[in-house]
Amino acid sequence: MTALFKRLPNVFSTTAFRLAAAAVMLFLLAAAILSGLLFWQSNKILTSQVLAALNAEASLMKAEAGSGGVAGLTAAVAASSRPEGLGLYFLADAKGQKIAGNLTRVPPELDAASPGGVFKFKSSRGGDEIEHLAVAIPVDVGPDVWLLIGRDIEDQRTFADTMKRIFLTGFGALSLVGLLGGLWAGRYFLSRLDAITATSRSIMAGDLSRRIPLSGAGGELDGLATNLNDMLDRIEGLMSGLREVSDNIAHDLKTPLNRLRNSAESALMDPRGEPAYREGLERTIEKSDDLIKTFNALLLIARLEAGPLQDSVEEFDLGQLVEDVAELYQPAAEEEGFVLSIASVKGMRLSANRQLIGQAIANLIDNAIKYSRGSQPGSAIAVNARPGQGGGVEFSVADRGPGISDKDRERVLKRFVRLEESRTKPGTGLGLSLVAAVARLHGGSIQLEDNQPGLKVVMTLPAVLVLAKQAAVAVAQ
Amino acid sequence: MRVLVIEDDRETAQFLQKSLKENGHTADLAGDGEHGLSLADEGTYDVLIVDRMLPRLDGLSVIKSLRSKGNRTPVLILSALGEVDDRVKGLRAGGDDYLTKPYAYSELLARVEALGRRAVPEEQQTRYAVGDLVLDRLSHRVTRGGEAILLQPREYRLLEYLMQHAGQVVTRTMLLEHVWDYHFDPQTNVIDVHVSRLRAKIDKNFDKPLLHTVRGSGYTVRDGPV
Repeated sequence: MTALFKRLPNVFSTTAFRLAAAAVMLFLLAAAILSGLLFWQSNKILTSQVLAALNAEASLMKAEAGSGGVAGLTAAVAASSRPEGLGLYFLADAKGQKIAGNLTRVPPELDAASPGGVFKFKSSRGGDEIEHLAVAIPVDVGPDVWLLIGRDIEDQRTFADTMKRIFLTGFGALSLVGLLGGLWAGRYFLSRLDAITATSRSIMAGDLSRRIPLSGAGGELDGLATNLNDMLDRIEGLMSGLREVSDNIAHDLKTPLNRLRNSAESALMDPRGEPAYREGLERTIEKSDDLIKTFNALLLIARLEAGPLQDSVEEFDLGQLVEDVAELYQPAAEEEGFVLSIASVKGMRLSANRQLIGQAIANLIDNAIKYSRGSQPGSAIAVNARPGQGGGVEFSVADRGPGISDKDRERVLKRFVRLEESRTKPGTGLGLSLVAAVARLHGGSIQLEDNQPGLKVVMTLPAVLVLAKQAAVAVAQ
Repeated sequence: MRVLVIEDDRETAQFLQKSLKENGHTADLAGDGEHGLSLADEGTYDVLIVDRMLPRLDGLSVIKSLRSKGNRTPVLILSALGEVDDRVKGLRAGGDDYLTKPYAYSELLARVEALGRRAVPEEQQTRYAVGDLVLDRLSHRVTRGGEAILLQPREYRLLEYLMQHAGQVVTRTMLLEHVWDYHFDPQTNVIDVHVSRLRAKIDKNFDKPLLHTVRGSGYTVRDGPV
């Protein structure tokens, strides 16, 4: 209960409550105008009815005075003046002395010169003597007497008062219900927001797995919560990528760092002296270069996974690039005893990151050469580039090496994963991860296939990267 | 040549100063962007080495400011930010070359010397000659001792770049960047095979080798001892 009271000021300051309060205010204003008009109009009608009745009676009295003189008039007034009646009469002589009628005196509100109007008088109608409201007009019945006729309008006043009361009670109830509704909406809103706030607090405190609860009713708040949750998913993905990188640094960079240190130490301990120092320093530089390479590749992968690169998109011919990179490796492949066969379709113009795609092609060819070593001399490494499905493009590098078994194909794309057979070969264990990251960055994918025997890696790039067909044809020509 | 090193890490700066001096250059140091800019404004340097992240005024702003004043001194940007678009941003700001930390000193020296050479205004040469090796850029013909040498297009471009920088050391990365236009790591030393094939064509049947390997750095084309 105390918690509820503590929360109340919060609720009053919610947007929902303020909106509800403003709506209630506007509604009350409109209702007040409407009921005011109603009241005014019905009052007017009742008043005119009373006046019409008074005027009719005035004509009657005049006729009475005309035919019966003062005596006739006195008799008529006396006959009409019932103590319980609604009609009010006061007949006086020229000196102002009452002759007949049920009013005891001339109301002080209405003097002789008055054209008539509203007054109050004590009425004993209905038992007790209470003050009633009445309206009266003077009637011109000759010079010797003075006649005032009126009507008790206490019933109308009561009606009007009842109406006023009903309206005021109605307004009160309306305000109360409206504001309570606003309060409820505010509390509901606040409790949803509190849930979001609590979730974001615990996320800030480090629990990235928390998600904002959905009410299940749909609507804007659920929409907002869904969007925020999607955002959190993305952030969590990035964070876990980052954590993976730091784990990798811890596990896979410490070993080479240690080797680096060992080689420097062993040179220092070598009794041969200067020549040993020189060798040791050269070895140290070599090892640190390897370390830098690994480090750069790792950072590049992390950078690519963080999202799109601005500024570095170029237009280029994929077929030409594949051929050029393959040509760069051709002499090296030939030295190793491989035939590098290139089949690439020209004129596939892309708008993408040329350097990264080039790096991916280079990594694949480099892998193909490295891992086919020791297989049949003269065996071919095939590099292809051609249009793919759905308007996209693809390129592939296929070798006749040992290949990768089904179960390992998914795994080798991860960072630092090196299969048992290849541990002795030089390399960082990042080549394929980088290729996969480049594909993902461009919205494409890579597939590892069985080349029977050997490995075939295919990178597919989506149609959105491909420039308009006309441009491609023009370049091809 | 006179080099200005704008670098906030004192150890790096002093190492560069000492090493450049050992290679026959003089180097001034500036520890922050503003000081560097005021020194560079004097305009008496052949090459500026500018670190990208500097106190008071960052490296790219220093370069932009110099370029807006019409100072065309060649700039080598040093940066720990080496990813694809950082390089593009650096060159767009007016830098002439971009080297990512950590770098090999031999790589930096080769690039500084190549940039310094570029600062000397020289007419677009149509003919390069080193010893009796001649490359004609109009006819794309290469001769040695008057004897025609047939080169593949890529071999021709490789030799052209090496001869353009005759007497200087050219690193493998510089070749990869300028002859192939690749700014990525080719993993293995694929360049070496290309160079040795070129060497076989221009040096093999002659007594005096012109294309030399500089251990730990790269290659150089020169007539005389390395």
